[in-house]
Amino acid sequence: MNALTLQQDGEGWRLCLNGDWSLASIGKIDRELEALPGSMLGTLICDWSRAEQPGIAPVWLLLKRLSALGAGESPASRLRVHHEGVPPPTVGLLRKLASDRSAAQSAPPTTMPAIEVAIGDLGLWAVQEGTAARGVLAFFGRIAAVFGQIFSRPRALRLPSIARHIYEAGITAIPIVALIAFLISVVVAYLGAQQLRKFGADIFVVDLVTIGVLREMGVLLTAIIVAGRSGSAFAAEIGVMQLNDEVDALRAMGLNPVELLVVPRVLALVIALPLLTVIADAMGLAGGALLSLLELHIPPAQFTVRLHEALSPTTFWAGLVKAPVFGLLIGVVGAYRGMQVRESARELGRLTTVAVVQSIFQVILADALFAILFQKIDF
Amino acid sequence: MADDTPPPVVRVHGLVSRFGAQLVHNGLDLEVRPNDVFGIVGGSGSGKSVLLRTILGLRRPQGGTIELYGRDILKLSRPERLDLVQSCAVTFQSGALISSLNIAQNIQLPLREYHPMREEALDELAQLNLRLVGLPPDAAAKYPAQLSGGMIKRAALARALSLEPKLLFLDEPTSGLDPISAAAFDELLLYLHAELRLTVVMITHDLDSLLRTCNRVGVIVEGRMITDTLAGIMQNSHPWIHDYFHGPRAHAAEKAAHG
Repeated sequence: MNALTLQQDGEGWRLCLNGDWSLASIGKIDRELEALPGSMLGTLICDWSRAEQPGIAPVWLLLKRLSALGAGESPASRLRVHHEGVPPPTVGLLRKLASDRSAAQSAPPTTMPAIEVAIGDLGLWAVQEGTAARGVLAFFGRIAAVFGQIFSRPRALRLPSIARHIYEAGITAIPIVALIAFLISVVVAYLGAQQLRKFGADIFVVDLVTIGVLREMGVLLTAIIVAGRSGSAFAAEIGVMQLNDEVDALRAMGLNPVELLVVPRVLALVIALPLLTVIADAMGLAGGALLSLLELHIPPAQFTVRLHEALSPTTFWAGLVKAPVFGLLIGVVGAYRGMQVRESARELGRLTTVAVVQSIFQVILADALFAILFQKIDF
Repeated sequence: MADDTPPPVVRVHGLVSRFGAQLVHNGLDLEVRPNDVFGIVGGSGSGKSVLLRTILGLRRPQGGTIELYGRDILKLSRPERLDLVQSCAVTFQSGALISSLNIAQNIQLPLREYHPMREEALDELAQLNLRLVGLPPDAAAKYPAQLSGGMIKRAALARALSLEPKLLFLDEPTSGLDPISAAAFDELLLYLHAELRLTVVMITHDLDSLLRTCNRVGVIVEGRMITDTLAGIMQNSHPWIHDYFHGPRAHAAEKAAHG
C-alpha cells in the first residue's frame, strides 16, 4: 500500500495519507513525497484519517515538501493546504516549528574562485607549519628550562615519578625486548652461516653476529620496541589528560606540566633504554652462540675466543652510546604529541599514531647520523 | 481503582547492586507510569547513575528484576533488545556526543542506522531535531568541542529525540547550566513532554528543576527508594528527605516555584 495517494478533487487536490506513518516507514514516505508533482495549484486537502501513528519526522518531511511545492498560509500562495481528519497534535507543533523564523537561517555558503581557495590553503598550510615548528622549539625550550631548574631546585626532579616510568617503560619491556633480540640474532646468524659456509668461512659468523648485534641491532631493535610501547603510551596518557583538562588544572595550580609529566618520562627513557640495550645485546649474543653451536658446531668456548678477537674495545660502546639519545627522541616526541591533543578522541588516536611513526623515523635517522659520525672519527 | 492505573513503563523490583563489599542498592523498588516526569533524587554516591545504567541494561545487577514496558530486560533476545532500545533514549551527564562527528551527524547516527533514507531527508531531520530543542540551524555543522555546555546538553537531547522515543532518561540535564539556561531547559522538557507525550525519568540535583518539571519523585535513601508525588514527598518525615526539601537552599527554590 502506498503511504500517499493523490487525487484531483474538483478544482483542488486531495492527498490521502495511508497506513503506517511512523518513523519506521520514513524511507518509503520520503520517496513518495519526492515523487509528488510540482504542478499542483489551488487547494490541497491533506486527509489524515487513515494515517496510523504519525511520527514527527515523517510529518516534518511532508510539511517541508509541501512548502517546497509552494504551499503557504496566505491566500496569495500557489497552494493552500488544509488538514483534514484528525490531525495529530504533532502537526500543530511542527507548523509552529516550521513557521518559527526567530531561529536564524544559516548564511548561504559563500563560494570562492578555485585559485583563491588554493592560494588560501597554501598560505594556511605554511602558517600552520611555521606555528608547528615554533611549537616544537618552544617545547624543547621548556624541557631545557626544567633541566636548568633542577640545579637550583632539586625537587624539580621528580624521582618517584621517574622510577615509576622506568618500571613501566623499562622493566616491563624486558621480556619482549629479550625475546625479539634473541630471535632476530638467530635469524641473522642463520643467514650468515648459510652464505659463509660456501667459502668455508664459518667462523666469521661470530664476527657478523657480535658486531651486528652490539653496534646496531641491539640498540635499534630496543629503541623501535620502546617507541612502539612507550612512545604511544606517553602520547595517549598525556593526551587523555589534555582532554580531561587535567593539564590545564596543573597549570592553574601553578604547577608546570612539563616538569611533572614530560621530564620524568623523558628521563626515564634516557635511563631505561641503555639498560634494555645491554639486555638485548646479551640475548643477541646468546642467540648467535646457540645457532653457532647447533648449525656450525662451534662450541661456546670457541665462540667466546673468536668474539674477543672480533671485537674492538669500542664496539660495545658504539652501540650503547646511542641508546640515551634514542630514548630522548622517543620520549620527547611521544610527550609532545600528547600535549598537542585537543578536543576530540579522534585527535588522540591520530597523534598517538604520529608519535610512534615519528619516533621510529627519528631513531633511524639518528642512527644513520651516528653511523656517519663514527665512520669519520673511526670509533 | 487498581485496575484503572495503566501498567508501569519502568518497573524495578528488589534491585541489588554491589561493588565489591560496597552495597549500593539493597532491594530497591521503582515504578514509572506512562506520561510521568519522574525525578530521581539522592545524595552523592547513593547510586542514582548506577540505577540509570542498570535500567538501561548497561550494567548487570546482582539481584532483582527490571522491566521496561512489562518485559524483563535481562531476559531479552537481541532483536527484542534492539526494538526496546529504539523506543527509549538517554542523555548522559556530559552529553556524550561523539566528538569526531558534528552535531548533525550525531543526530543522524541512530537514524542512519535504523531507518535508511536519502541524505537530504537526513539533513531535514537533523534540522527538525535541532529546532525541537531550540538550537540554531548553523549548530548542525559544528563539532561538540565548539559548543558551550548548555548547547551540548541540548544537542544530546536532540540526538536522544531523533528516534522518537516514548521513554526518555536524563542524567542531570541541568547540571552545569546557568539558571537561565536551566530554566529554559525545564520549559523545553515540559513542552516536549506535553507535545510528544514522552515519559521522562530524570536524575537531578537541581531543586528548581525538580519542582518545576516533575510530577512524581523517587528518593534513594539507604539503598532503597521512597516514591511519592511531589507534594507527598515534601511532607515526608524521613530526616534526609526533610533536609533535602527543607534545607536553606530548598526554601528559595520552593518560593520561586510557587511564588
